[in-house]
Amino acid sequence: MTILFLILAVLAIVGASAAMAFRSAVHAILALALAFVSLAILYLSLDAQFVGFTQIIVYVGAVAILAVFAIMMTRSDSAHHHTEVFSKSWLTGLVLAGGVFTVLAWAVLGDKTQHAAADAPAPVTTVTQIGEALMQRYAFPLEIMGLLLTAALIGAVVLAMPLLSNKSGAKSVTKGDAR
Amino acid sequence: MASMNTGIVEQADQIFVVLKGAVVSHLPTILQPLVSAIISVIAVVAVFAGLFALTTVFERKGLGRMQNRLGPNRVGPFGFFQPAADGIKSLTKEDLVPRAADKIVHFLAPVVLVAASFLGYAVLPVGRNMVVTNLDAGVLYFFAAGSMVELGVFMAGWSSHSKYSLLGAMRAVAQMISYEVPLVLASISVIMTAGSLSTVDIVAKQAQYTGTIAHWYVFTPWGFAGFILFMIAATAESNRCPFDLPEGESEIIAGYFIEYSGFKFALFFAGEYLGMLATSALAITLFLGGWSAPFSFLAWVPSWIWFFAKLLTLIFCFIWVRGTLPRLRMDQLMGLAWKFMLPMTILNLFVAAAWRFVPGGLPVRWFVCAAMLVIPFALLSRGLRSEKKLQTRTYRFAE
Amino acid sequence: MVGSGILKGLAETARNFVGSYASEERMTTVEYPEEKLPRIEASRNFPFLVFDGDDWHAGMRCVSCQICEKECPPKCIYIEKSTDKKPDAVGKLQNYPARFDIDISVCMSCQICVEVCPFDAIKMDNAFEYFATDRFGDLVLDKQKLSRSNEYYHQIHPTEAANVDAELAAARAKAAPKPAAPAAAAAAPAVAKPAAAPEVTASTANKPAANDPAKESNG
Repeated sequence: MTILFLILAVLAIVGASAAMAFRSAVHAILALALAFVSLAILYLSLDAQFVGFTQIIVYVGAVAILAVFAIMMTRSDSAHHHTEVFSKSWLTGLVLAGGVFTVLAWAVLGDKTQHAAADAPAPVTTVTQIGEALMQRYAFPLEIMGLLLTAALIGAVVLAMPLLSNKSGAKSVTKGDAR
Repeated sequence: MASMNTGIVEQADQIFVVLKGAVVSHLPTILQPLVSAIISVIAVVAVFAGLFALTTVFERKGLGRMQNRLGPNRVGPFGFFQPAADGIKSLTKEDLVPRAADKIVHFLAPVVLVAASFLGYAVLPVGRNMVVTNLDAGVLYFFAAGSMVELGVFMAGWSSHSKYSLLGAMRAVAQMISYEVPLVLASISVIMTAGSLSTVDIVAKQAQYTGTIAHWYVFTPWGFAGFILFMIAATAESNRCPFDLPEGESEIIAGYFIEYSGFKFALFFAGEYLGMLATSALAITLFLGGWSAPFSFLAWVPSWIWFFAKLLTLIFCFIWVRGTLPRLRMDQLMGLAWKFMLPMTILNLFVAAAWRFVPGGLPVRWFVCAAMLVIPFALLSRGLRSEKKLQTRTYRFAE
Repeated sequence: MVGSGILKGLAETARNFVGSYASEERMTTVEYPEEKLPRIEASRNFPFLVFDGDDWHAGMRCVSCQICEKECPPKCIYIEKSTDKKPDAVGKLQNYPARFDIDISVCMSCQICVEVCPFDAIKMDNAFEYFATDRFGDLVLDKQKLSRSNEYYHQIHPTEAANVDAELAAARAKAAPKPAAPAAAAAAPAVAKPAAAPEVTASTANKPAANDPAKESNG
């Protein structure tokens, strides 16, 4: 429980709650990015380099940017859409969040290794070890994940395909409209 | 005599390391790691900021010469104090913020951009034992820091509330995402061969010699192809000509930082150049043997001189390319990334793997691997070319 | 193969880069304040008033007919006629401008004043290095600041000035009274003088014109 941890924890919580509270979608995403970065630094402070850097590359470099890109593509100014910060079904959401939190807390508190780990030095995990584990012991799950992602990619292409094939047909329609 | 010579060489090589050690050793033990880190960071920031200033004047003079012009030659001897004049100008200019701008994000954008640009330098070894921190996952760290730059670009473009800046930001983000894929894939071939993500280890692997020739990865077929692909992707990542669509002076004026003036504009400019220097330095680390000499008989030259000589050479190549090539169109840019760069980098991964397992002596390996790269390249380029059928352009609404 | 064109282009720029250090002829840059290109004869900037001889006031060709004032599209010329008369370039007694101002901040360099002038009194200058510290007063040029010698005219527009001189000489010969031989003799030097003018111009070419407006506003 160092000062660094406190700062990072506060930043992560503030970022995450700001992401919920901001009306503007872009602000929300930037706040979320702040939460992601502080989480990544938290991982780094726990000597988990690979996870920390991957967190930044995947969540800040890809997820946040993708969301931001979607916003730029769709609507120009989200500030004018005055939607309520609290949705109507907030009670349901609260119950669900409480449920998830309870399960997580139960899992963490029930973990027997946790008490032992507090005293023992943290295990040193190098990137080499992670790589070996992924390539040997968990090679099959990794391949499955790759397959899943490829399938998702192909699915996205298939979804976009009708738009592309209709292009020649659509051209005449727009031409007619223009006249 | 020989031992004395090696002593001098050793001293010249390690002069900065020794100097830092001397400064740090006078301090109490508790402060030592902190002060040592601070000194390293200050040195890196000062040297690369200075190099940025030098690069701007080199670029302007070099481009001028390529167009048979003189370039800046008024401030100081041969115009080399031009960056000082530019710096004073940008410091004294009014800082304009558009009324419609999102003030806080508008202010934070250049800060995020420059901070992210500087972060990458922490893992770049500029000489023997000269690296701010030797991270176990150094290359990963570099790309993580680089991916933060995109966020800064987006913040700048979006917060300015201007069409041009938004267009520029969209272009920049799309381009950077697309070219990050080949950039990372090209460097993975090196990581795979070196068996390490640490930049220091990668350089150490290349600083060995067979006969007189160093084990630089660029001397292998896959390394050479990887280096070229990496540099193309790096050019696109740092938004430089011919991939300078996000800035596109002739169409969207300055792209995402159009609404910035004065020192904030200079920060964007610095961020762009620092990004270019950082990716060049990573290319040197991954492919050109970092601080090592190409031939063993040149090993007496201090390692940091080698590093900066290579860096300046790569910068010259950037300038050279900028002076030569026109800007790509958006669809050409994306086509190059996904139809050419991606297949070639993936192929390069296979070739890098094959390099390890191809039997026979060095010439046989060389020939087989080069053929594995050149034949698909020729086929791919022929395929891409046959796709292009020139036809009369029809305008939907103009007729 | 993809990339061969890029290599060709790179070779070209490399040739330029090396060549620019090797040969001076490649460089097209003129380092302006130190080096200056000769002014282009066909270029024009603002009008000036031509005078013959050495005295700008006595030799002024303008007879203040005010045609240019009326024709000037942006109305930047202001002329006041004199009450008395003085001999003009041909020798006839004519009015002269008591005031002749051109506001060069309004002037659009259209050259219409020059085309309509029946007396070849107003011509276009091609000096471009003007500056002023006061943007109202300094940019309104009075007749003294506007006047340039015929030699200066020869210097900037040699062919045109020679034609003008020939016409004027013919007009003088016509206007001169026939029986009076001394008058013809007096006219002869006047004819001879413009012919000699280019030589004078050549010798004074490096000297700045006596009434350079740039010099005037400098002080």
